[in-house]
Amino acid sequence: MIDGVLGGPVDQDYLQQARQMQAMSFAVHIPLVCFGIAFPAMVLFLEGLWLRTGDPLYRALAKRWSKAMLILFAVGVVTGTILSFEMGLLWPEFMATFADVFGLAFLIEGYSFFIEAIFIAIYVYGWERLSPRTHMAAGVPIVLAGITGSLMVISVNGWMNQPTGFSIRNGEVVDVKPLAALFNDNLWHELVHMYLAGFIVAGFLVAGVYAFGWLRGRRDRHHRIGLVVALSVAALATPAQLLVGDWAARTVAERQPVKLAAFEGLEETTKGAPFSLPGGIEISKLLSLLAFHDPNATVTGLDSVPEDDRPPTGIVKLSFRLMVFIGSALAALGAWFVWLWWRRGRLPRSVWFYRALVAAGPAALVALIAGWVTTEVGRQPWVVYHVMRTESAVTGASGVPVGFAVLALVYAGLATVAFVMLRRLSRPPLEVGP
Amino acid sequence: MLPDLTAGVALLALTAYVVLGGADFGAGFWDLTAGGAKRGAPVRAMIKRAMSPVWEANHVWLIFLLVVLWTGFPEAFGSITSTLAIPLFVAALGIVLRGGAFALKGEAATIAEARALGATFALASVIVPFFLGAAAGAIAAGEVPVGNASGDEWSSWTQSTSILVGALAVAAGAHLAAVFLGADSRRAGETELVHAFRARALGSGVVAGALAIAGLLVVRSDVPDLYDDLTSGAGLACVLASGAAGLVTLWLEWRERFELARYTAAAAVGAIVAGWAVAQEPYLLPPELTVHEAAAPDATLVALLVATGLGLLILIPALTWLFRLALSGRLVYEDKPRP
Repeated sequence: MIDGVLGGPVDQDYLQQARQMQAMSFAVHIPLVCFGIAFPAMVLFLEGLWLRTGDPLYRALAKRWSKAMLILFAVGVVTGTILSFEMGLLWPEFMATFADVFGLAFLIEGYSFFIEAIFIAIYVYGWERLSPRTHMAAGVPIVLAGITGSLMVISVNGWMNQPTGFSIRNGEVVDVKPLAALFNDNLWHELVHMYLAGFIVAGFLVAGVYAFGWLRGRRDRHHRIGLVVALSVAALATPAQLLVGDWAARTVAERQPVKLAAFEGLEETTKGAPFSLPGGIEISKLLSLLAFHDPNATVTGLDSVPEDDRPPTGIVKLSFRLMVFIGSALAALGAWFVWLWWRRGRLPRSVWFYRALVAAGPAALVALIAGWVTTEVGRQPWVVYHVMRTESAVTGASGVPVGFAVLALVYAGLATVAFVMLRRLSRPPLEVGP
Repeated sequence: MLPDLTAGVALLALTAYVVLGGADFGAGFWDLTAGGAKRGAPVRAMIKRAMSPVWEANHVWLIFLLVVLWTGFPEAFGSITSTLAIPLFVAALGIVLRGGAFALKGEAATIAEARALGATFALASVIVPFFLGAAAGAIAAGEVPVGNASGDEWSSWTQSTSILVGALAVAAGAHLAAVFLGADSRRAGETELVHAFRARALGSGVVAGALAIAGLLVVRSDVPDLYDDLTSGAGLACVLASGAAGLVTLWLEWRERFELARYTAAAAVGAIVAGWAVAQEPYLLPPELTVHEAAAPDATLVALLVATGLGLLILIPALTWLFRLALSGRLVYEDKPRP
């Protein structure tokens, strides 16, 4: 345990509000990260189809998507900036004590962000005056920077859950090894989990826009292509996500057993632990099976640590279930599409498929945020797992509730305007050139 | 050595942000003051055209600066962000409003919508540099002690040095924007706009110069230590260089040599930032925390410097390409494909 270099814990009456403000800021930003990860690849795929087939419809659609991509990126730039500021504004003691351990990741993220900003501008504003090949090539760094950027942010999150690359002597952080912190063991499964989530969220949201049009009778080729490309991405990523989710859960079971206990609300350490379903149904030994791939494995319970060191169980359990349930439902929806498309070469005809697809985007968003709530609230009461408590990290400044309220208002306004503008962007018929 | 190099990287990022990001905020100032919807339309269109492809990249310098500060000087970072929470939070909100409104106003369908978003963009463009400047002024004035919110959350940044630095940041950004936009207008062959921006560049240059001199006088009475360092040795050299570059800019604008003026205007503003850094040296948070005391362990600084160096090898060619394309007018979004 460590208190921090700025003088240790301070009086802060609004720790909860500080956490909620941070959570809100993440919840607003993370959907945009999904688009940052997935949209460039989807747009480039369409442009590639255009270069291969010469069909101008692909180009027109890629161009329109790229404009939406730019708007979403711009909103992501500013909401991401809020996060950077909040690191210091809300958690100065955390930053002051540990930023030298994990900061390298953010430096590389900063460069990724530069590359994204530069090439997104060249790509979106360069449609008419760059040669087609140069233009397509300008899109590649956006995709790569999307990967390295999320890799680095995830690295920091992985590190907070399993801090490595330093030692503590006499209450001070010493022996800092930035590379060991950067490549912590949580990095890979968290990265793949988030990367796939990006494709699922962005894919289903975009597909939902076209499914909505489909239900309204807009079923021309433009809508069909938009739907198939976006849906394919989501439908392929979702089943893979179930496997990665299993990998992630087993890693948590091994390294953060108390967090896993919170997923299930397991009070006592149990051999052959059961998994309870909504409605009071209990499947015996399923939790042991899921967490360790062994029905008789012992699962650590919440009682293994003092009450003060346990995360709030209710919300973690609820979010975990929500994520798993929505993820499974989305996988089923995706499988419906993939099977028909593969076996019969056509889209489903049932109107219920399109209704489900309209709901799938927002549902994927909920699952995404629920997943982050699971891991982040599940980490509590620690900001740096088993090293620094969240209450030791918080700012001593006053006015947290005021800041929270103002930011909530600004974000509500921003979300409304962004939604209206994006909707407007999708309306007019495509201008298909020669 | 390592701490000084790291501080140098932070200074580089700060200078790039003040010049490039500052000019984007300055463009917002000219948007705000461009007059009614009809009269101001050409000025606003030029601003939009010039800013659209580059503002996001320019903004990243701020993120880069924050990251270098918190990685290289974490204790100072935590002290700054907790004591100066108010001006920094207001600036962050301004950044959200400025960027959000700018990105979305292109899709506005009615004059009322365009006005509301345009006004948000323009107003926020003045707020951000003012509050960031005020925060910088607080550090320079020695109002940020080491600790978690140890300084006064109001008086630390409402003293006269902060207010003057805030005002100077707005004026310097406006001056840079006018100079850059004048050169852009010349490239685009918009003769009337060339003259409009030339007049603005001359006027804002005089105001920025006056504010810089006023700032020196305020610092002389309020922060004598800083004043002494600004008026001797390397500090004095920066002050004189800034003044000289500012005068040359005015002369170039007068003679309508707009492309060259870009560089002298940037040098004038950059020299102010450098002067502040040199005058504060060896302190990061005067009067107690030096750059060396604040620095992260060597292992972190080495990793940071190596990563910075490698990153610059990619960043510089990429940025160069972006600016060349933008300046040669090849980055313009058109909804209808060209025949």
